[in-house]
Amino acid sequence: MKFIRNIAVALSFSTLALTGASAAGTAEHPLQVDWSFNGPLGKFDLASAQRGWQIYKQVCAACHSLKYFRFRNLADIGYDEDMIKAFAAEYEVAGEPDEYGDETVRKALPQDVYPAPFANDNAARAANNGALPPDLSLIVKARHDGANYVYSLMVGYKDAPVDFDLSDGMNYNPYFKGGQIAMAEQLFDGLVEYEDGTPATPDQMAKDVVQFLQYVAEPSLQVRHQMGIKVLLFLLLLTIVLYISMKVIWKPVKAGKNFYKD
Amino acid sequence: MAEWEVVEPKNKAVGWFEERLPVLSLVNNVVGPATPTPRNLNYFWNFGSLAGLMLVIQIISGVVLAMHYTATTGLAFDSVERIMRDVNYGWLIRYMHANGASFFFIAVYIHIFRGLYFGSYKAPREVLWMLGVVIFLLMMATAFMGYVLPWGQMSFWGATVITSLFSAIPVVGESIVQLLWGGFSVDQPTLNRFFSLHYLLPFLITGVVILHIWAKKISDSGNPLGIEVQTGADQIPFHPFYTIKDAFGAGVFFLILAAFIFYMPNALGHPDNYIPADSLVTPDSIVPEWYFLPFYAILRSIDFPLGIPGVFELLDAKLLGVIAMFASILVWFALPWLDTSKVRSGNFRPMFKWFFAFLIVDMLILMWLGAQKPEGNIPLYGKFATLYYFAYFFVILPVLSRKEKTLPLPESISSAVLKPAE
Repeated sequence: MKFIRNIAVALSFSTLALTGASAAGTAEHPLQVDWSFNGPLGKFDLASAQRGWQIYKQVCAACHSLKYFRFRNLADIGYDEDMIKAFAAEYEVAGEPDEYGDETVRKALPQDVYPAPFANDNAARAANNGALPPDLSLIVKARHDGANYVYSLMVGYKDAPVDFDLSDGMNYNPYFKGGQIAMAEQLFDGLVEYEDGTPATPDQMAKDVVQFLQYVAEPSLQVRHQMGIKVLLFLLLLTIVLYISMKVIWKPVKAGKNFYKD
Repeated sequence: MAEWEVVEPKNKAVGWFEERLPVLSLVNNVVGPATPTPRNLNYFWNFGSLAGLMLVIQIISGVVLAMHYTATTGLAFDSVERIMRDVNYGWLIRYMHANGASFFFIAVYIHIFRGLYFGSYKAPREVLWMLGVVIFLLMMATAFMGYVLPWGQMSFWGATVITSLFSAIPVVGESIVQLLWGGFSVDQPTLNRFFSLHYLLPFLITGVVILHIWAKKISDSGNPLGIEVQTGADQIPFHPFYTIKDAFGAGVFFLILAAFIFYMPNALGHPDNYIPADSLVTPDSIVPEWYFLPFYAILRSIDFPLGIPGVFELLDAKLLGVIAMFASILVWFALPWLDTSKVRSGNFRPMFKWFFAFLIVDMLILMWLGAQKPEGNIPLYGKFATLYYFAYFFVILPVLSRKEKTLPLPESISSAVLKPAE
């Protein structure tokens, strides 16, 4: 593999020649958190995800929809059927038209999507000073380094630097692109009372809501991680067997045996 | 060309069938014991069969995805999320398909650059090589249209940028773009026809792959020494030797692919494609998939017209860029006539070796440049990298063919590979 060495040499020459780094973006790099779901053995922290669910419905849900999340999905973060039914029943959704064709309303069921706070985007903008609160179902996957990004955004609110030109009704947050965000700081000490008694610090709440949103964005994460171990082990074993077979089969070739007469 | 060896099965029923449709003979003569193959193929020769395997995986996973996908602008994104959440193992199939596309390209790129280094495009393998270029072009079209289907932000804007390129063509450009779009912007008709074509093209690829393998059967495999097979001692049967070697290579390749599917399924994608398409919001930067980046960088580097500044313009900058991008691949068709060196393998071409190494680096640099915003020095680097790319094909290879002093070639494969008898 001589030419691989050539490529390596050529590459090092070229990196010497190319020194210009692209201009850094306007947002700060997110703070790095050691999430339970990171790594090949990463799992959801169910207690944290449940607390995050509480934060979502008591805080975020006022403005942000979660359109790919159904109440039944709560089963995966450790709630039983009765609890899920009870959670759903707290909300009302549009039902089938009645026998006269008039619209009806019924209690939500586990198969229903979590009801959106606004009827449509225009209503959402009208209520939020022109800004559209994004749907949060995929927020963790729709941003670079999403989990850390959402966490950093939640805890990153600061006073704007004196030379920063902050528009009316905007808030300074260095982790948001451009530094100003329409959403005000949301998480304050003791904002909610956790059912499991965990002290509700902003840092704790931010981590919990990220844990929940990571679950919503990628419900299959844990299954995927567990299946991955099995698949990789199987493939590794198979590859070793194939390698040994190859060595055995190739022995006569390596020894110089001829297979064709001339 | 190797002799055609007819299989005569002992089983009467099988023999009856074989006489009427010689399937066993076909297999035997293409990948079987009756397929004499150079005995010195290295691991770079694994990537052809790997690319074939990836094609099969993509077709199977794609057909399953199509059972659950909805090609309407209002539902495409939702249907993909439904696959990810509610379809049994839908996430696995989709991640296989998305990462499989990248790994298909990895296999094909290694396959192509192996050909470039070992002179696989030279006589008598020109048609074999050109069919390969056709496959690559079809793959690019297929992958591009596949990336549009989830109807995320990058899908929509990527489709808009790439299809708009055709508007640079004089006279008929606008009509071509309207034909591609099925209207006046990327919209429902575009999505629907892209879905249709994304389903169709892989079968065309399969057809050309069959021709590609047929051409390989006619001219036989090349080999790292680049000298023709002379005696039986130079060859070994494809099966079991290369079947087991290919299988081992596939094991290693699939290990890496599985690591991506299960542990970093979105590493090769762009987060913006998890935002539903919105024709009113342009993403910060519109970046194609990694495997298009070198060609995208070439397109962007051409920001000047062809002609004498201020006097006349033969081709405007946009058209010149588009031509450069397509030419960067189409030039591969002309390779057999650009590189006329009698020596096939780069191993015996001391100068070529270095220029080739820099071509690889140049491609990697172009790939990196393609992902950057065109600010600061990036366009300048792009011009140099583009210049080297074309110089390699149009200047360096033709000149080297005449001037280079190549190393002496071994007498035969067997004499080079086998230890002298003691």
